[in-house]
This record gives sequence, C-alpha cells and structure tokens, in this order.
Amino acid sequence: MLRYSIRRLLQGIITVWFIATATFVAMHSVPGDPLIQNKAVTAQIRKNLEIKYGLDKPIAQQYLIYVGNMLKGDFGISFTQQNRSVNDIIAKHFPVSATLGILAIVFAAIGGILWGALTALYRNRLPDVVIMFLVILGISVPSFVFAALGQLGLVHLNAIAGRTLLPVAGWGTVSHMIVPSIVLGLGTMAFLTRLMRSSMLEIVNADYIRTAKAKGLPITRIFLKHELRNAILPVITVLGPAIAAITTGGFVVELVFAIPGLGRYFVQAVQQLDYTVIMGTTVFYGAFLVLMVIIVDLLYGLVDPRVRLE
Amino acid sequence: MSDVITDSGDSFTRTAGRQLALLALFGVLAFIVLAMLLGWLSKLTTGGGSLSEAVDPLTGTITLSMASEPPQLDSTRATDQVSGFVLGHVMESLLRRGPGTTLLPGVAERWEVNEKGATFWLRADARWSDGKPVTAHDFVFAWRKIVEPANASEYAFFVYPVKNGEAINRGEMPIEALGVRAVDDRTLAVDFERPTPYFEKLVVYATYGPVRRDFYESCNGRYGADADTMLYNGPFRISKWVHGAQLRFEKNPYYWDSDRIMLNVIDMPYVTNDANAVLNLYKDGKIATAPLSAETLNDALEHRWKINRFADGSVFYTEFNHRPGRLTTNVNLRRALSLVSDPGELVYKVMKVPGNLPGVSLFPAWLPGVHGLFRQEYPPEPVHVDVAEAHRYLELAKQELGIDTMPPLILLTGDDPLSSSQAEYFQNVFKRTLDLDVKIDKQIFKQRLAKMTAGEFDMVAAGWGPDYDDPLTFGDLFSSWNKNNRGMYSNPELDRYVRIAQSSLDPKARMDAFGAIQKIIQEDVVIIPSYERGLVYVRNPRLNGIVRRVVGADPDYTNAYIEGSR
Repeated sequence: MLRYSIRRLLQGIITVWFIATATFVAMHSVPGDPLIQNKAVTAQIRKNLEIKYGLDKPIAQQYLIYVGNMLKGDFGISFTQQNRSVNDIIAKHFPVSATLGILAIVFAAIGGILWGALTALYRNRLPDVVIMFLVILGISVPSFVFAALGQLGLVHLNAIAGRTLLPVAGWGTVSHMIVPSIVLGLGTMAFLTRLMRSSMLEIVNADYIRTAKAKGLPITRIFLKHELRNAILPVITVLGPAIAAITTGGFVVELVFAIPGLGRYFVQAVQQLDYTVIMGTTVFYGAFLVLMVIIVDLLYGLVDPRVRLE
Repeated sequence: MSDVITDSGDSFTRTAGRQLALLALFGVLAFIVLAMLLGWLSKLTTGGGSLSEAVDPLTGTITLSMASEPPQLDSTRATDQVSGFVLGHVMESLLRRGPGTTLLPGVAERWEVNEKGATFWLRADARWSDGKPVTAHDFVFAWRKIVEPANASEYAFFVYPVKNGEAINRGEMPIEALGVRAVDDRTLAVDFERPTPYFEKLVVYATYGPVRRDFYESCNGRYGADADTMLYNGPFRISKWVHGAQLRFEKNPYYWDSDRIMLNVIDMPYVTNDANAVLNLYKDGKIATAPLSAETLNDALEHRWKINRFADGSVFYTEFNHRPGRLTTNVNLRRALSLVSDPGELVYKVMKVPGNLPGVSLFPAWLPGVHGLFRQEYPPEPVHVDVAEAHRYLELAKQELGIDTMPPLILLTGDDPLSSSQAEYFQNVFKRTLDLDVKIDKQIFKQRLAKMTAGEFDMVAAGWGPDYDDPLTFGDLFSSWNKNNRGMYSNPELDRYVRIAQSSLDPKARMDAFGAIQKIIQEDVVIIPSYERGLVYVRNPRLNGIVRRVVGADPDYTNAYIEGSR
C-alpha cells in the first residue's frame, strides 16, 4: 500500500511537470503577450517593461528560469495585478473556491446518492419518472442559467419577505454560501443520481441480494448494508475528478454571485494572457486534480475488498 | 409464487423508503452543519460579508459594486480606469477638477504657467493620512519615479513634456535631471521640454500625484498593494481592501477641504461585471447604482426607474490598413466602402445598445473647442449614404488597382457579441450593395492586438478612449510616429497640423489645426466612424451629486450626498 502510494505520487509529479511544460509551450505559441495593450506604448517603454518582467530573454531560458523558480515554490508576480504574487492570489482565493466546492460536492453527493437510491427503489413508478426528467434537465441546462435563475429567485424571495432572508450576492457569512453552492452542485448531483440509479439497479437483481432476502435478513440491513453500500462504489470513483471539476468550474457561479474565488482569476488570466497567473493556477489545479485522483484510488482500495492495489 | 414476490417487494420498498427518508434528513442536517463550520472557518480568514443597505442617511454610507478589482494603486504606474476611479477619490494632485471642465486648486493653492515652465505654490494645510504635510518633494519623487526606466511605467509618456523626461526614460540621463525641483517645501518649479500650453490639464491626473519617499521605500516594493501600504491625501482613504471581494473608502479627516465632503463611507463589497447580477443587487436594495445593458434596460423600464445616460467619451470606428501592398491603400476603394456604411443603421437597428450615438467624425461631440464645443465650431461633413456613387468609386478603384474583381477583404474584430454584430453588419452591407466579400477574422483581445500591430488585416474594428480632455488625444492618433496608428497611415500634411497643435500656444491656431485634421481624415477616408459610446444606468433617487466624467475619476462621488442627511 505504501509502495503503491509512493509510486503514484512520483507518477503524479511527472504528470504535473508535463502539464506545466505543455501549458508553457501553448501559452507562448499564442500570438500576443501580457504587455500588449489597447493603448500602444513607445518602443522605449515597451523595452523597459520587457526587461522588468524578463520577457526579453530567449524562450528556452525563460522556461528554465520558470521551472527553477517553481521548484522553489515561487510562481512569480502577476502581470495584471502588478503588486500581487501568484502564490498570494492562490493562497487568498483558492480557499474560497474550495469552500464553495466542498459544499457543492457534499450537496451533490448526498443528493445524488439519495435520489439515485430512490429512483432505483421506485423504478418505473412516479418518483422515478419525475426525478429522471429533472436529472436530464440538470445535466443539460448550463450552470449560468441555474445561477441566474437562482439569483432571480432570491430577489423575489427577499421582495416577498420584505427583508433580506438570503443575500443576493457576495461572500463572507453562511447565508452567502448556501445558494451558490447548491447552484454549483446541481449539475453534478444530476449526474451522480443517474450513476447511482444504474448502479443500484444492477445490484438489486444480483444473486447475493436474493440470497439475503431468502435468508430472511431484516429489510433495513439488506438495503443499507448490501444494496446501498455496494452501489456507492462507482459514485466514489467519480467523486475525485468531480471535486476537481467543481472547484475549478465554479467560474460562472463566482461571477454571478460576486464570490472572490480562484476560478475568476484563472479565466481573466487566460483572457489577459497573464503568463505567471496562467502557469501558477494551471500547475496548481493540475496538482490538485492528480492528488484527488490518487486519494480516491486509495480510498477505493480500502472500501472495496475485491480491489487489490499493487 | 409471483404474488408472494410482489408482496414482499412492496413491503421492502416501503421499509427501504422510510430508511431513505431518514438518511435524507441526516443528509440535510449534515449539509447545514458543514456549511456553518465552513462559514465560521472562512470568517477567520477573509473577514465578514456585507449585508448593508444601498443608501444609509444615518451613517452617511453608500454601497456600490465594482466591475473589477483595481490592479494597481501605485499612482506612478496605474493606467486603467478602475485604478483611476480609486485614486481619484483617495489621492489629490496639484490641481483638481471642478464643475464641467474647470480646474480648481488641489494641493496647489495657486500656480503659473508660461512658455518655459510652470510654478506651483502648495497650501500649508495639505496633509497625508498620517498627519505629515504634503510637500513639493513628494511630487519630485513621484514624477522621477514615473520616468525611471526600472519602474517600467506605461504612462511614462505623460511626463515627457517635462524637460528630459523622455531622455531619462530611455536611460540616457539620470532621474535627477528631470526638469522639476522643490524650491522649498511648498514651492514646485517645473521646466518644459517644449512649450506645453495644456500642462494644467495633464497635472490634474492621478499620474502626476504625490508619493512620499520615506513611506514608499519602507514598503519594499509593495507600495499600492494593500490598504496599509498606501498613504492618502485625498477626500477619502481606503479603510478596507479584501482583494477581489471588497474595497471600502472612509472620509479622510486629514484632507484640507474635508468639510466639503458629505459622504462618510463608500463601501464596495461586490466585485462582478455580470450585468444581471449587478441589477439583481440593485433590485434587492443592496447597491445605489447599476449600469444597464441592452437586456437589463427593458427590466429597468418595466420598473419605471429613471434612466440616466452618460457619453463616456470614447469613439469606435473601422480602421484601414495603409501598408503598401494592401488594397485598402486605394482611397477610392475606401470612399466606396464609406459611402455604403450607415452608422445610424448600425447603432439603432443592429447593435441596439442603449446610449450609443452614430459616429460622425474621429473627434467626438463632447470635445471642447475655443469657446464652446469643437464640433460646433468646426462642423464635420455629415454622413451620407449613396450606393450609386459608391459603385462609381469602386469601378475607379478596380481600374487603378488593375483588377477585375475584388478579392475578399479581411475584417479583424474582437470576439464579444457587440463586435461580432458590428462585423456582420459590414459584411452584409458590403456584399449587398457592392457585391464585395468580407472575411471576418475573430480574435480574442490579446491576439487581436498582436495582429493589429503586425498589420495582418485589411480593416479592423477599433476604438479610442480619451487620455485627457483636449482634442489632441484624438488628433494625434494618425500621426506617422504614433504607435497607436496601427494601420500605418502616413500623411505629411496631417503630421504638420499635429505638430502645430502640440506646440502652439494660441488656442485658435490649435483648434484650426484640429479642424484641418478632421477634414483630412474625412476626405482621405482614413477611418469609417461607427459610434460614440454612451452608458445608461439607474441610480438610487436619494443619492445625488454624482459627477460623471469623460476623463479622470468616473463616477466621481467626492461631492455626492444623500438626501435627508443634511
């Protein structure tokens, strides 16, 4: 188990290095650079800027300098936010996205598992039909529609109540977190519901369930210990990438609800070709995703005795 | 047999269903507990969120939202609008803006400008937010910083009118050679590089603001990065800055004219540029103003709110590529294209953005002239559409270029919906009236700029926002030495008029020069004007005294007040 973990971690480091290099190459292949602005500057000013930011050196040298700094944990200074280091940006804004992401994934997981079990239990009956219809909506409707609708709903709610029940936007208290995390988790919840449903249906018809029923085990025990617990396994596998996807994909929700998360900085950095922030956040997200996948694989090995990690 | 199975199936379902309901209850509780835990944890790191109201007369507080975080509050390096807005409220330069385009004393209580230079006498009670006085040395230090090559300030050219500014920026002279010195603590003497009649208008900008050397150096390169790494000498000071989340101004008790300031707090706890989100905040009574877009305008009209309009001063146009080898170097082709373009149709029928006006000239309507408005004193040729005449010019162009059919022209444009609709309009009009093909080259921001600079286009959708309120900010755009002249238009006569406008001290001579420039640009069809941008917004009726500006801090709340609080 330990050897497996170490091996996976080493592989992970190589993967992250790969991601960093690919991003660096892609970033520099795109025409334009972070210094070019709508209002052109004189050649002299441009030269001063290039020297200051080290862009006057050849590409290969820039790459080596960058990797060297990265190994020291220094991702440099943002080009657009000229007084903030990339480390500072990630350290201040990732916890916000993470909080939003954790709440969203917990909401999605609890909801997905329960709705999925419900639809499997009442297969082809009214609850199943209604929920599956909602699931299709949840998967196909984009998150910005949910975000806009959610915010509009809050406005009307507050208008009816006559005072602010839940804030319409912003961040900082519990009441700011509830609606954005629900909106963010909806799509994943729909997806997990479907996954849970098909997983449950497979198990419900399995031989060992019939045996358990024939043996006369109490119904709650069969349901909880055998059906539910086994059906959850595929959902856990998916959770790893899902956590990373939600945490990084919160950009739209962050924009609509004015939440100071990392997603916004990431997208803005790409639009502004802010080299240092692009590299920093991509490497960070890459490492985060790789770590999540490794953790889930280890967890899977613990939870499912049939799986042996070598 | 089957009966038994169905029977046990139903009771199984019922029991299992009850279990599920119990689990669901636990799940909801767990979610709420987790949310509260995370909420408590986040309070430890980012500080509380705001639940305040838009306008509070008791505390003299207004709440607004910001479109984006200011990237740079170091006045020697700030160039963007958001930073300009913040600096305009928390700092003050030698002069400040009065009503309209007037200039009033700021840190300087009186001043004198002549051909050789300028002198400013500073007031005795101008102080920083730590109580120490603002001195002439603070201006000397700041202006030297702007042209210091290592500082790499994009606005260094603002200080080029000061003697040796450009040479210092090129690294040819030390910063002490800059033509500004502190005669004593309260007297600032400036030497010009060449006669600069509009120097007063430059000096009012945040770029020319003071920076105190001892404080700047104590920040170790982090000056302007946080609320506590800045000193304030303006009407407000920044009391709280949570990056990406909140900016909060409080009245600065050390400001020399603090009696004039009627608001106590300007709180901006929301950072988003999503038009719907901002309108939702306004509807919820959380913020005092909200800009409107085409979609949200209808919403505002339904609520019967008063819609305010403001021309933000910028002009948008189609620019031609005048590099050798390009078809667009042929003036008759340009004439043909311009004669079938109808800016009115573009603005009112295609773009339908509230507040925009059809473009007429490179010089927008708001520019000041000798006594009144520039465009009233020097009226441009009115726009007219004439398809038959356009055909004649097109034939002429084809003859001169020696071709039978025109190959497709490349129109470079941005990737946002507004630019796209504009590009499609031109594509449609040129095809419909002149049977000309246009290839739309859609690029995102940085790539569009890169292509513009490299000259990879026939036509490009471009625009310009004024740097200062003098026609020169538009007039020198197409001089052959201007880096912003990305189409590389070169006309010695236009260059000559630009030089006159730059150096003449006679206002009439300068405005005559601009009139001539306008004429050349229209006759030579250097550009096809599209529109002059206007913004529409709603405002809480209890908040008055907001000043909107084309240049400088916009919106300006330094003279705003809440009805019912005075």
